Amino acid sequence: MASQFAHRHLLGIEGLSPQDIAFLLDSAEAAIDVSRQVEKKKATLRGRTQINLFFEASTRTQSSFELAGKRLGADVMNMAVSSSSVKKGETLVDTAMTLNAMRPDLLVVRHHAAGAVALLAQKVECAVINAGDGAHEHPTQALLDALTIRRHKGRLGGLVVAICGDVAHSRVARSNILLLAAMGARIRVVAPSTLIPADMDRLGVEVHTSMRDGLADADVVMMLRLQRERMDAAYIPSVREYFRIWGLDQEKLGWAKPDAIVMHPGPMNRGVEIDPLIADGAQSVIREQVEMGVAVRMAVLEALGQGLPEVVGLVA
Amino acid sequence: MSAPTLFTNTRVVDPSRGLDERGAVLIADGRIVAAGADAANQGTPDGANTIDCAGAAILPGLVDMRVFVGEPGGEHRETLESASRAAAAGGVTAIVTMPDTAPVIDDPALVDFVFRRARDTAIVRVHPMAAMTRGLSGSELAEYGLLKEAGAVAFTDGRHSVKSAKVMRNALTYGRDFDALIVNHVEDPELAKSGVMNEGETATRLGLPGIPLEAETIMLDRDICLARLTGGRYHAAQVSCGPSVAELRRAKQMGNGISAGAAVAHLTLNENDIGAYRTFFKMSPPLRREEDRQAVVEALADGTIDVVCSAHDPQDVEVKRQPFAEAADGAVGLETMLAAGLRLVQSGEVPLMRLVEAMSTTPAKLLGLEAGTLSPGAPADIIMVDLERPWVVKKDALSSRSQNSAFEDARMTGKVVRTYVGGRIVFQDGAQPSH
Repeated sequence: MASQFAHRHLLGIEGLSPQDIAFLLDSAEAAIDVSRQVEKKKATLRGRTQINLFFEASTRTQSSFELAGKRLGADVMNMAVSSSSVKKGETLVDTAMTLNAMRPDLLVVRHHAAGAVALLAQKVECAVINAGDGAHEHPTQALLDALTIRRHKGRLGGLVVAICGDVAHSRVARSNILLLAAMGARIRVVAPSTLIPADMDRLGVEVHTSMRDGLADADVVMMLRLQRERMDAAYIPSVREYFRIWGLDQEKLGWAKPDAIVMHPGPMNRGVEIDPLIADGAQSVIREQVEMGVAVRMAVLEALGQGLPEVVGLVA
Repeated sequence: MSAPTLFTNTRVVDPSRGLDERGAVLIADGRIVAAGADAANQGTPDGANTIDCAGAAILPGLVDMRVFVGEPGGEHRETLESASRAAAAGGVTAIVTMPDTAPVIDDPALVDFVFRRARDTAIVRVHPMAAMTRGLSGSELAEYGLLKEAGAVAFTDGRHSVKSAKVMRNALTYGRDFDALIVNHVEDPELAKSGVMNEGETATRLGLPGIPLEAETIMLDRDICLARLTGGRYHAAQVSCGPSVAELRRAKQMGNGISAGAAVAHLTLNENDIGAYRTFFKMSPPLRREEDRQAVVEALADGTIDVVCSAHDPQDVEVKRQPFAEAADGAVGLETMLAAGLRLVQSGEVPLMRLVEAMSTTPAKLLGLEAGTLSPGAPADIIMVDLERPWVVKKDALSSRSQNSAFEDARMTGKVVRTYVGGRIVFQDGAQPSH
C-alpha cells in the first residue's frame, strides 16, 4: 500500500502525478463508505497524534480534518495559533520547533502566507499536510472537488470546468487548475480583469471576463468566494454590480450544459457570487462537496500515515 | 415629420469623410440626407425649406468632452438648461458633463437624473461622464458596468486627479471589461497643491506660488505606463505643456490605446495673459509659457492631441472676485470654444478640418456617440458658421449663468449663426437675417 503514495508530505497538488491523484481519489471512495456506516472508526492511525495548526481561522476545513483523523483512530488536537504564541511574537519557525518537540505524527497546517507550510515542513520530522497557504495551494480542496466531479461525471478528462470569481486571491483555484490540468480537463477561469492574475493563460487555462463566454457548454461551474475586502481595495466596485455581471444565477447557468453541476468551496456569500436559488438548486453539489471533504482527508491522512516510520528514535 | 431643409451656397466641412468643399446639405426628419458638392443634384424635394447660407460653412455640431455644470447642487453657477443654451450659442450640439456635482454622479440613479433633467430642460444633447471612483474619493471604483448601462459615456474624477497608481491601474483594468474610457485629470495633487499658476519667471514676478510642468508630466507618464500595463482605454483630459505632448507623441508611436485633450484656453492663451492678477485666467492646469502653447498647438495640428474641449467651468463672482491665490480655478468656454479655436485656423497653424475633427468627430468616436459627422443617415446635429464675421465677446451677452470668461471683450472672427440638434433649430444668431 505505502509504495503507492511515495510522498512524505502533501504540500500541494504540484508534484503529484496523475497516478498519485487517482490513488487518493480511489481510496477516498472507500473512505466514503466508512463515514456512512454506524461504526465510523478505523484503526489505521491508532496511537498517532495529529495536530491541526491553523494560523487562520477555519471552521469547515479544520473540523473536516479533525473528523477524518478521529475516524482513522488518531488522537487529534486543534491549535488555533492566531490567538496564542504568534501574538506574543513567536516566529513561524519557533512555533514549528516547539510543536516538533511534542512529537506529533501528522501536522495539518493552514497559514495566511504562501509558502509558509512548506517552510514549516522543512523544520519538523512529521508528515505535513497543507490545509491552505495564502493564495498558493489548498490540495485537499482540489481533491474533494475532483472526487465530487468524478462521482457525477464518471471522469475528469475532457470535461469543461469553469472556475469563476476571485481567482487572483484563491488557493482553491490554483490547486484545482493544477489537478484538473493533470487529469486532462479543459479549464476556464472567468472573472473581472482585476481579479485575474498576470499571465494566467500561461498556466494552461482559458481566460474569460464574460460569464457567457466562460460558461458556454461547461460541464462544471465552480464558484469562488468573494471577500468583502476586494471592494475596499478597488478591485471591484460593489456587490450589486458583481452579482449582476459575475454572480451565478439561473440565466447564466443556462449558458452551461443542461446537466452541468454547480460547486462552491464555501463558505458561500449568497447573493454575491451565487444566487441562493442556484446554491440550493437541483444542479448544486455544494453540500456533497463537504461530505467528500472528510473522505478525501481520510485518504490523505491514511496515505501519509502509512509512510510514517514505525519506530521513531529520540532526536539528538 | 418636419419638412426637409436644404442648405445651399455653403462650404461643407466633414472630417469624418475628409470632405471640405462647396456644396449643399439636405436634412429631413431630424437626419442628414446628403452633404457635399453633389447634395443638391437630386433637386429640391417637394415642400423643402431652402436656406441660402451665403457662403457660411456647415460643420457637424461640436462635441465638448469636458463641461462642468452646477446641476445638481450648484444651480446658481450653471444648470443643464443654461449650459445647453451656452452650448447652442457656441455651436456645441453635445455636451459631456463632468461628475463633479453635489451629489457626485457615481450611481446609476444619478446618471438617470441627469438624463431626465436634460430631456426636460436642455436644448442640446447631454452625455454624462460618471465618476471613476466613488464620491471622487480616489479609493474605491465606481460601478462601470451599471453606470454604462445607465448611459454614462466615460469615467473620470473630473477636476480631481486619481492619486493612487494602484487605483488607477484597477480602474483601467476593470474598465477594460466594459470597454470603458477612463479619463484622468493629469496633475499631481501634491506638486500642484500650493501653486496657483505656472511656475516660472512670471509667477516669481507676481509673487505667486507656482505649479511646475512636472506636476502634469509625472502624472501623465504614470498613466501612460499604466495604460500600457493594463491595455485599458485611457484619455488624458487636458494637457498644457511641451514636455507632455512630447511624451504623448512617444507613447502614441508605441501604439497603445491612449488619447489626450487640450482646452481651447491652453491653445490660445498663455501665462502672461494673467496680467494684473486677472482671476478669470486662473485654471487647472494653469496657463503655461508661450512655448508650451505653441507646442500644444503643434501637437493638435499633427494629431498628437486628439481632442479640443472647452473645459467650461462656471464659477460665480463670489469665488472669482478674490485675490488671485484665493480665487477658484476655471473659466466658462462653451460659447467661445469654436471662435477662439478659429484663431489657430486664421493664423495658419491648424487647418479648419483638423480643428473640427478635434472638436467634434474624434470626441464622438472616443465616446461612441452618433455625432461628429455629416454622413447620410446621421442625426442632423449641424452648425452654420460664418467664418468671416467679426464679433466681440460681451460678458452680458453670454448665456451661461456665470460670466467668468477668459475671452471677455476679446475680438473674434467667425461666429456660429445657426445650431441644429436633430434637425431642430436651437440657436439662431440675432444679427442673422431670417429666411
